[in-house]
Amino acid sequence: MWEQIRANQRRSVMLITAIAAILLALGYVIGLYVEPQSGPRFGLVAAVAVLLVLWTVAVVGGDDILLGSANAREIQKPDAAQLFNIVEEMTIASGLPKTPRVYIVDTDAPNAFSVGTPEKSVVAVTSGLLMHLNRDELQGVIGHEIGHIRNQDTRFMTLAGIMIGAIILISYGFSRITFYSGAGQRRSSSRGSGNAQAIIFIVAILLAILAPIVAQLFYFACSRRREYMADASSAAFTRYPEGLASALEKIERSAGLMTGVNRAVAPMYVVNPLEATGPSGLFSTHPPTADRVRILRSMAGAGLGAYEKAYSNAQGAGLLGGATLSQAAEVQVRPPSAGTEKAPLQKARAAVDLLHQANGFLFVPCACGVKIKVPPSFAGQTIRCPRCGAEDAVPPPAT
Amino acid sequence: MIIGLWIALGVIVVVVLWLVGTYNGLVTFRNEVKNAWAQIDVQLKRRHDLIPNLVETARGYMQHERGTFEAVTQARAAAQAARSSAGGAPSPESVKAEQALSSALGRFNLVVENYPELKANQNFLALQEELASTENKIGFARQFYNDQVMQYNTRIQSVPANVVAGMFHFAPMDLFELKAEAEREAPQVKF
Repeated sequence: MWEQIRANQRRSVMLITAIAAILLALGYVIGLYVEPQSGPRFGLVAAVAVLLVLWTVAVVGGDDILLGSANAREIQKPDAAQLFNIVEEMTIASGLPKTPRVYIVDTDAPNAFSVGTPEKSVVAVTSGLLMHLNRDELQGVIGHEIGHIRNQDTRFMTLAGIMIGAIILISYGFSRITFYSGAGQRRSSSRGSGNAQAIIFIVAILLAILAPIVAQLFYFACSRRREYMADASSAAFTRYPEGLASALEKIERSAGLMTGVNRAVAPMYVVNPLEATGPSGLFSTHPPTADRVRILRSMAGAGLGAYEKAYSNAQGAGLLGGATLSQAAEVQVRPPSAGTEKAPLQKARAAVDLLHQANGFLFVPCACGVKIKVPPSFAGQTIRCPRCGAEDAVPPPAT
Repeated sequence: MIIGLWIALGVIVVVVLWLVGTYNGLVTFRNEVKNAWAQIDVQLKRRHDLIPNLVETARGYMQHERGTFEAVTQARAAAQAARSSAGGAPSPESVKAEQALSSALGRFNLVVENYPELKANQNFLALQEELASTENKIGFARQFYNDQVMQYNTRIQSVPANVVAGMFHFAPMDLFELKAEAEREAPQVKF
C-alpha cells in the first residue's frame, strides 16, 4: 500500500497548502477592505500569525482538542477487556508500532473515529457501538479505524480540520461585520475611487463566502478515497469483510440519531452522522454506505487484490496501484468467529458500566447483591441501597 | 579530460549512495521481519501461560472430565518443551506441538458446551475471551509475518535490489506454513 499512502501524503500536503493559501488570501483581502494602503500587508501578517498559532496548537494538542469536542473519555483495559483485545488484535495484524489508546463517547448511536499518528494514536468508539455490534463487526470497525491510522490519514486530517474551522470562523466574523456596519460607511481613504472600493468590497465578500466552501471541497475530495482504502485495509487485516459490511449497515441505520455532533469531528467518524440521512454528493466526506457495503460483499477473497477487483467492478476505476497489488497475497476469507455472544441486555449493561467507569463513578457492592453506581461527589458518605434499604458506606476519595 | 573525471566521480558517488541506501533498507526490513516473528512467539507464550488458569477454573465444574483436562495439560507441556528447545525460532516440532495444543483446546471447548453452569461463570467467560483473543492474535501475528516475508522476498528478488542482496547474502525467508492435515482432523467427542 505504500505508494498509495505516499501519494495520499502528497495530496495531504497539497491540501494543507491550498487551505493555507485561502487563509492568507482571506487575510489579504480583509486587510485591503479595511485599509487599502497598509491593510493588505497587515492582513497577510495577521494571517501568517494565525496560521502559525493554528499549526502549533494542532501539532501539540490537536488530538486532545478533537477528543474533547467529541466529549470522549479514556477507558482502561480492565473495564473493557473484549474491546481492548480487539484493538490489540488489529494492532498486530496491521503492524502498528504502538497500540492506540481507547476512548468512549456517550451516545446510543453506533460509530467510531480515530486520531493521531502511528506512534501516538487514539481510537474512539461510542457506547452505542458496544451495545449493538457483535465481535466480528466490532473487529471490522476497529480494523477500519486502525487502517486509517496506519495509512497516515489521521495525521493531516486533524490539521486540515482545525484550519478549516479557523477559516469558517474568520469568514463568518468578517461577513457579519460588513453586514452590520453597512456597505458604504468606511474609514475614508484618500486613494481609490468609489468603484475600486466597491470592487474590493465585492471581492472580499465573495471570498469570505467561498473560502470555507472551497476549503471543504478539497477536504472532501481527499476523504472519500481514503475511506475506501481504509475499508480495503480492514478486510485485509480481519480476513472477514462481511464483519465490516454488516457493521456499516447497522451504523448507517442509526447514525442519524447522534445528537450534538460537533461539525469539526463529524467527518472523522466511520459514517458521517450529519450525512447519514441525505444523499451523497460533492459535499460528502464519505462515499455512500450502500456502495461500500456492496463492494465488501462482492469480494471474492479477503486480500487487497479482491477488494480492488470488487471496487473496479462497482466504480469503474482503480483504487490501489500496480506495485501494491503485485505484492499483495491472495487470501481466503475466514469463517465467522464462533463463541458465546452476550445477550443484548448484558451488552447494554456492560456498555453503561463502562461509561460510569470512564466518568469516575464509584461502584459500591451491597450485601444483597446489587452493585450501586455512585457519582464521585458521594465519596466518603453513606448511602441507602435502593433494593434492600441497608446502609452502605461509599469509600472515601483517594488521596 | 577534467570534466570526464568529474563526471566519473559523480557517477561513483551516486552509485555508492544507492548501494548504501538499498543495503540499509534491506537490513531494516529484515529486522522488521524478525520482529514480526518475535510477535508470534510472544502470543504463543501468552497462550501457554493462560491455560493452567483455565483448567483450574473449569475443574470444579467438570469433575468427570479428567481425560479432557489431561489431554490439554499434556499438550501444553509438550508445546512448552518444543518452544524452549527451539529457542525462539520456528522448528517443525514446535509448529506441530502448537497445532496439537490448538486441537486439544478445541476438544476442550466442545466438552465445555455440556456444562451450562460453567458457561455462566464470569471468571471462566473472561478466561475464554482471553484465550480466544490470544488464538486470534497468534493468527494475526502469523498473517502479518507472512505478509512481511512475502514483501521482503519480493524486494530482494526484484531487479535493482537483488544486486545488493546477492553481494551481502540476504537470503529469502520461509513463510510460516501450517500443515493442512492437522487442521482438517475433526475433533472426536467420546462418550
